[in-house]
Amino acid sequence: METAQNFAELAKQVVGFIYPNEIEIHWSILIVVYPYITGLVAGAFILASLVKVFNVKELQPTYRLALLTALAFLLIAPLPLQLHLGQPWRSYEIFLTPNLASAMAMFGFVYLWYLMVVLLLEIWFEYRRDMIVWSSESTGLKKWVLKVLSLFSTDISEKAVAFDKKTVKIITIIGIPSAFLLHGYVGFIFGSIKANPWWSSVMMPVVFLFSAIVSGIAIVMFLYMIIIPIQGGKIDMKCLDKVASFLFYAVIVDFSIEVLDFIHRLYESEESIKILSQLVSTKLFMSLVVLQILLGMLLPLGIMVVIRVFRLQEELRKLLYFVCVVLIQMGIFSTRWNVVIGGQLFSKSFRGLTTYKMELTGIEGLLVSLALLIIPFVVLAILIKLLPPWKKEELAGG
Amino acid sequence: MKDFFKKIPEQAVRIIVLFAVLALVLLVVRQFILPLELKDPALQKNSAMEREAAKEVKYAGAQSCGQCHEKEPEMKKSGYHRDLSCESCHGAAQKHVDNPTDVKPTSPKKRDYCSYCHNYNSSRPTGFPQINPDTHNPRKPCITCHNPHNPKPPKTPRSCAACHAEIERTKATSYHALIECTVCHSTPEKHKTSPRTVTPTKPDKREFCGKCHAKGSGGKGMPTVDMATHGEKYVCWQCHYPHMLGGI
Amino acid sequence: MDRRDFLKHVCLLISSGAVVGGLSPAAWAKMIHKDYDPAKHYYGMGVDIDKCIGCARCMQACKTENDVPGDPFYFRTWVERYVIKVDKSVTVNTINMGLDESRDVIMEKDVLRSFFVPKLCNQCDHPPCVQVCPVGATFKTDDGVILVDGKRCIGCRYCIQACPYGARYLHPETRVADKCTFCYHRLVRGLLPACVEVCPKQARVFGDMKSIASPLGRFIRMNKLHVLKPSLNTDPKVLYANLDGEVN
Repeated sequence: METAQNFAELAKQVVGFIYPNEIEIHWSILIVVYPYITGLVAGAFILASLVKVFNVKELQPTYRLALLTALAFLLIAPLPLQLHLGQPWRSYEIFLTPNLASAMAMFGFVYLWYLMVVLLLEIWFEYRRDMIVWSSESTGLKKWVLKVLSLFSTDISEKAVAFDKKTVKIITIIGIPSAFLLHGYVGFIFGSIKANPWWSSVMMPVVFLFSAIVSGIAIVMFLYMIIIPIQGGKIDMKCLDKVASFLFYAVIVDFSIEVLDFIHRLYESEESIKILSQLVSTKLFMSLVVLQILLGMLLPLGIMVVIRVFRLQEELRKLLYFVCVVLIQMGIFSTRWNVVIGGQLFSKSFRGLTTYKMELTGIEGLLVSLALLIIPFVVLAILIKLLPPWKKEELAGG
Repeated sequence: MKDFFKKIPEQAVRIIVLFAVLALVLLVVRQFILPLELKDPALQKNSAMEREAAKEVKYAGAQSCGQCHEKEPEMKKSGYHRDLSCESCHGAAQKHVDNPTDVKPTSPKKRDYCSYCHNYNSSRPTGFPQINPDTHNPRKPCITCHNPHNPKPPKTPRSCAACHAEIERTKATSYHALIECTVCHSTPEKHKTSPRTVTPTKPDKREFCGKCHAKGSGGKGMPTVDMATHGEKYVCWQCHYPHMLGGI
Repeated sequence: MDRRDFLKHVCLLISSGAVVGGLSPAAWAKMIHKDYDPAKHYYGMGVDIDKCIGCARCMQACKTENDVPGDPFYFRTWVERYVIKVDKSVTVNTINMGLDESRDVIMEKDVLRSFFVPKLCNQCDHPPCVQVCPVGATFKTDDGVILVDGKRCIGCRYCIQACPYGARYLHPETRVADKCTFCYHRLVRGLLPACVEVCPKQARVFGDMKSIASPLGRFIRMNKLHVLKPSLNTDPKVLYANLDGEVN
């Protein structure tokens, strides 16, 4: 009954004509959160792999943090999907009896592959030796948790550690295409919907991928700048500058691809162009033009150019980097919003626009999504407690 | 062979065992715990189709009506409503078919039901009969003039309408639609051949209208007046035009 | 039943079982409705725009027959009204959205052309909704109807996003996807879909796409046909006659 009233309210705000069933926005804020979170996973992992595969030595201090960040977010990634289902208890069907023709059914495979084969394995081999050592040093519950986590492994001979290192490298090499797959696949879920011209584009997986890399690098940078001082360490400026330069390039690539997509649409000027321009200039003006492009992309780009050109001093640089990564996070979240919500704000009749009114308290409401965005940080805090990314001397020495 | 297994580092063995166990659990769940219907698309399809097919029918279909009712379908057969299904107006009637004595279908008798189809709407195809309910004999149910099982416009004799077409048209949508011309105008046969020299009669007294509209003489719903006080100076048609809607 | 007949029956059962994918004969035998064989039909619908009078009887009948929620945000079928003015501006609205609009008198000025367009699930031959369903809960039957298995659907609404025609909705009570089934439960009993049954103008013509001597066969033969959004290659089985280029 309440929904019916809400819809009746919304129906008054419809501009032009929409199909009668279109008043309900089916993919709500939760589905905005989902690609945002998986994007952070893929991006953080790519940053980690820069260290192992491409031997970017300066990034070493962020390596373990990036892995743990990716894991913390990946563990929470299925939650928004789960909560959004009309029949949440049937979600196991996706894993056990998928329809192989469906892009969404690939979720089970991609997710399990990425979680089990890539992330958990890499983290396990990376931390195995340390877990054994820490386990022998500690007592009580922690000792046993670490023992179970290390699967009661005991061998810390040089040969065994060398094997770990080699395995980590191999897994990282498999991991890069897997990270591409993880987020490219999320883009494909949207990009393959031919009924929706805002989504239907071969560029979609690519745009998703690069925005993922941008957001992932930015979140690790953000966490690094917060956690190190909390743990009483010193921020390694060389590392930070390097991460920032990768972030800079990633933003440029991401921006170019998005501009290319935009120009392509405008130039082809297909049937849907009228309604899409109306969408961008009215309903999405704030979130797309202002938040995503101006504040989330051009402003951070400008700041980073200033930092590079004027070689600002350390403290100012830190402050500006911090402003940048916060802006970028907001920008990428807007990107997800504009794709997911934006794609549902116009009618498939191309004759009208509808409105999305976010709930506050419901399952698909604002509070739940905020919780879903906060939980990964809690998970990360536990992971960091259990598997510290930095040794004491690393923290002090920088 | 034994040497080969020994060469694998112990941590790799642990991982492989863990993964093997997980894979086994997944396989067992899928193979032995999941019901067959979930796994076999053909089986699932069939059971879903069965469920769909078992749903309750609400509209019985026009054939069912004809099995008991003879008069109306027969009447409908040749009229303008011949293609109209009984349940279009009488509503879903499967329950009535199952239990003809206890459940009766609805029978819309008011104007507003006919107006679903016959009110004027500029999007309706040209030639489809449409009316403006404000000017087309308002307040009277459509079925007083039109038989829904064989609807026709009320006919004025062609012999009058041939010359008095305008009067015919206005009268057709007025309260007096069903009153034949000759009730008020007695018309000599010669009027047809010499319309100007031999003219029909016109009512000449207030009492003529009073036969129906005087207080106490009217039928149900008929507007009546007190002949003694209602505009006693005048004859009725000085203020009312009897062919026109509302008689005004 | 003598031995020959028995053997014939067994052969038939086994071969038909094999067709639908290795079903056991017992499962096949109790399938669907009595003697109904889905493989012998392939359903489609013709819609003649020039005949539709926008009375919304189909919308109402569909809601009654299929227990579609009454609120005007859930429709298995609906009727759009297009008005193209002299200045080429186009306005569209769905009739009966909460109001009794189909009964309103609508007189618009400066109309170039205007018409009604009944919409429903197009029962595509290449259905995007079936392709995207992650658990195979929506599928095409052998008789060409796209159904949703309400027991299987997880309510992810990917199919709703994938449908170019806005023909699906999430049922507010069952929380699974819902859509037009061509009234499958009526088809297996030899009845017409409810919307076709009540259409007063035969604007909707239903039948077997394979038959030639049938109302649908005639409709397909005698009209210039069009489908909605042909560029999407969905191959709809709902065919429109006299469809205007403005409709999408």
